[in-house]
Amino acid sequence: MASWPQPTKYISHVTTRVDGPPKATGRARYSSDIQADGWLYGMILRSKWPSAKISEINLDPALKIPGIKAAVKARDGEFTVRFYGEEIAAVAGTTKQGCLDALRAIEVRAEPRNEFVVNENEARKDGAPEVWAGTPNVTPGRPREHGDVDRAFGECTAVIEGFYTTAVQLHNSMETHGSTVSWTEEGITAWASTQGISSMRDGLAGALQLDQSQVRVITDFMGGGFGSKFGAGVESMLAARLSREAKAPVRLMLTRFDEALAVGNRPSSFQKIKMGAKADGTLHAFEAENYGTAGIGAGGDAGGGGGGANIPMPYLYPVPNFRVQQASVAVNAGSARAFRAPGNPPASFGMESAMDDLAVKLGMDPLEFRLKNDPNEVRQREYKIGAEKLGWKKKYRKPGSSSGVVKTGIGCAGAAWHGGGPSRDTHGEASINPDGSIEFRLGVQDIGTGTKTVIAVVAAEMLGLKPEQITVKVGDTNFPPGPASGGSRTCASVSPTVYDICQRALQQLQARTGISDARGQNWFAACKKLGVNPLVVHGDWIEGLSTRPAYGVQFAEVAVDTETGLVTVKKIVAVHDCGLMIDTLTLESQINGGVIMGMGYALYEERVMDDLSGVMLNPNFETYKLPGLADVPEIEVVLLNMPERGVIGIGEPATVPTAAAIGNAVANALGVRVGSLPITPAKVLAALGKVPPVATT
Amino acid sequence: MNDPEAAGAGTFSRRTFLKGLGTTAVAAVAAQTTAVAAELEKVNAEKVIGPGAVPVTLKVNGKTLKLQLEPRVTLLDALRNYSSLTGAKEGCDRAACGACTVLFDGLPIYSCQKLAIEAQGHQITTIEGLARDGKLSPVQQAFVEKDALQCGYCTPGFIMSVTALLKQNPHPTADEIKHACAGNLCRCGTHPHILQAVFQAAGVKVTSKTEVIYG
Repeated sequence: MASWPQPTKYISHVTTRVDGPPKATGRARYSSDIQADGWLYGMILRSKWPSAKISEINLDPALKIPGIKAAVKARDGEFTVRFYGEEIAAVAGTTKQGCLDALRAIEVRAEPRNEFVVNENEARKDGAPEVWAGTPNVTPGRPREHGDVDRAFGECTAVIEGFYTTAVQLHNSMETHGSTVSWTEEGITAWASTQGISSMRDGLAGALQLDQSQVRVITDFMGGGFGSKFGAGVESMLAARLSREAKAPVRLMLTRFDEALAVGNRPSSFQKIKMGAKADGTLHAFEAENYGTAGIGAGGDAGGGGGGANIPMPYLYPVPNFRVQQASVAVNAGSARAFRAPGNPPASFGMESAMDDLAVKLGMDPLEFRLKNDPNEVRQREYKIGAEKLGWKKKYRKPGSSSGVVKTGIGCAGAAWHGGGPSRDTHGEASINPDGSIEFRLGVQDIGTGTKTVIAVVAAEMLGLKPEQITVKVGDTNFPPGPASGGSRTCASVSPTVYDICQRALQQLQARTGISDARGQNWFAACKKLGVNPLVVHGDWIEGLSTRPAYGVQFAEVAVDTETGLVTVKKIVAVHDCGLMIDTLTLESQINGGVIMGMGYALYEERVMDDLSGVMLNPNFETYKLPGLADVPEIEVVLLNMPERGVIGIGEPATVPTAAAIGNAVANALGVRVGSLPITPAKVLAALGKVPPVATT
Repeated sequence: MNDPEAAGAGTFSRRTFLKGLGTTAVAAVAAQTTAVAAELEKVNAEKVIGPGAVPVTLKVNGKTLKLQLEPRVTLLDALRNYSSLTGAKEGCDRAACGACTVLFDGLPIYSCQKLAIEAQGHQITTIEGLARDGKLSPVQQAFVEKDALQCGYCTPGFIMSVTALLKQNPHPTADEIKHACAGNLCRCGTHPHILQAVFQAAGVKVTSKTEVIYG
């Protein structure tokens, strides 16, 4: 069985990102920067109705606009649009301004329907308008039950009932969805902002009826995806069709407005939780009803997938008696997609809020209550480390007992990420040149997580070279394939693959050159003996070097102004494990990023729909608020390095517990629970009885 | 509803609104409106350019760019789409994300909010203009060393804002850095490392508090 080298020079140490310089100088070419010869702009006309039958689209006026080279309909014949922002048609032209004119010129004959619903609480009522005609809006999940729940509640000393809700969150990657597509007689090349070059190729070839060998997808640099960029997407299909019509490459990147409407989100959740414990603090009974909306993605065709409204319950804690009933509710809004640790952040918020509420009712310290009920040994250690770092014992006070107008509080929550794991179907190759230079090629993507750096670090360690001596290329379907980058899979997939390539390279170098150990100082001498041709070595993912799952806990310290309702996060302590750590610098970045995204989920982020018009009200960065530099607290990261476990990804677990920890800290500060995310000033003041309650959408 | 009075049905018209204001205020507003209209008429009489493409000359990173642009083309579009300078990024195209930040006579601006024709005669510096002979600027170097970038899409904008800050204020406090970066968004959550990078570029020694525990 393969094993990782010990001690290490680069693995588990700090290596700066190998593609840092191109990113910091503007040299990096993202999908949206591609300027193929003779390229045209592409733009999409979207539905201004939440529900309508489109009976006719006249593209001729658009084609008369100077510079417009092609126009296509999103679909042929009559069709129905089911949300504000659904694609209707697209144009390509020589200038962006011309395209804007052309979109305005397109004539659409539509029959808007008054029967639509954008609010999940309305959509689940009897007689609500059907999002998909003939199909109920509510799709119940399979009920899950264990033990005797009703009897068990009777045996509990303390029982709480709570209602915890989370809002629809948008991915909002800084680079929008889209690609530049060039369609020639040989096939198509798509420079795509995607997390999955192979899934993108698969989707494009299928939809455009091309052989897969005729489709090449390239993703050299891409500006974030967070789960929303796996499939080919309507926008890339339209770009390809426009390119075929115009006989020129088409760059079609969504506008920020488009991005908010049509390319994914995290479903909402409405969790009614009843939970009970025995006198000694042992969890004994749990009952939950949960529903949420995945937009039009629930109730009918889930197209795009990966973003259902069901969540893992009861989360993290083994309760002997439980009953869970969930449902997904369709509404006339853009479909959900996978979003960083799908299902986990809302589950964490519901369950961890209930845990604190029950601890309070039992008169127990919520940290003690967790240590009593969480059987996971890794998290047990992490809680103790984090508590020490934060000074839990000294800082923990009874809820609401902090004095003054600005009240302070602390809270904690745990995480797990069981999904993803390494992909066995990961392959790669390296060209070793006689001059000693070496290039790795893997058909994976670096979505900002540091994949290129991970490959360079592992290769440098294995070959006795420096990371900067390793050239890394990813993001091309001409390379040996690997998994889509999501679910914290990539690091655990590529690391063993690079290990295998290096082992084979050293064996082949030995066979070809007679030098028994080509590593380090022998490297150049060995390579020189290759003659003229490079040595090309193929390798695959191998067993025993990577695994899953990852855990993690986070602690939050907040200050809440009881006059304005404003929550300020003072500090986050994030204690995380991910087996053998490859590069602690980019790892720390991932954890910071997870925490900050979780903080946005806790305090700011929410898609707001207008019930009457069916329109999304905040499809921009002015009104859909992301955390900024001034909002970000001190984040203290503690890494639990466990080399014996092998390599595990970290992208997902780092964002799971943040919102729950912040929510618990707010409840600890106030002495009352704000059970609804985002925790806005209005909700804080309502919880304090200072203003009327805010309706949750 | 271009003309609220024409709509008629509403109980709140422009007339009632004006009545609500004092007569002095109304007179002031009216006088101002007349003055603006007169000014516009004067300007338009002098020169009407567009709507077709017109010659535009930009000074970017010390070089002259001669372009043919419709007057409605923004500076960001001119850089990204009419030259090869794609370093400034489009994240929102409406002055909310800061990915398009460039220096305009040394001051940071959103290039998506400046028409290219307005930028003529001014010195424009983009992210491509910071490195000298392949050597990264101190800010760029600090961003790389502190890993103040993940996907990297917001990075050029942050680096331009920070470059402008340090030029004006070589030793900023944390609050001053936060203020200078208030117009830049990052979705990967790189903020703590950005703060560290700015301090490092300002010559303040920064050590990570991150602790690695083995086993």
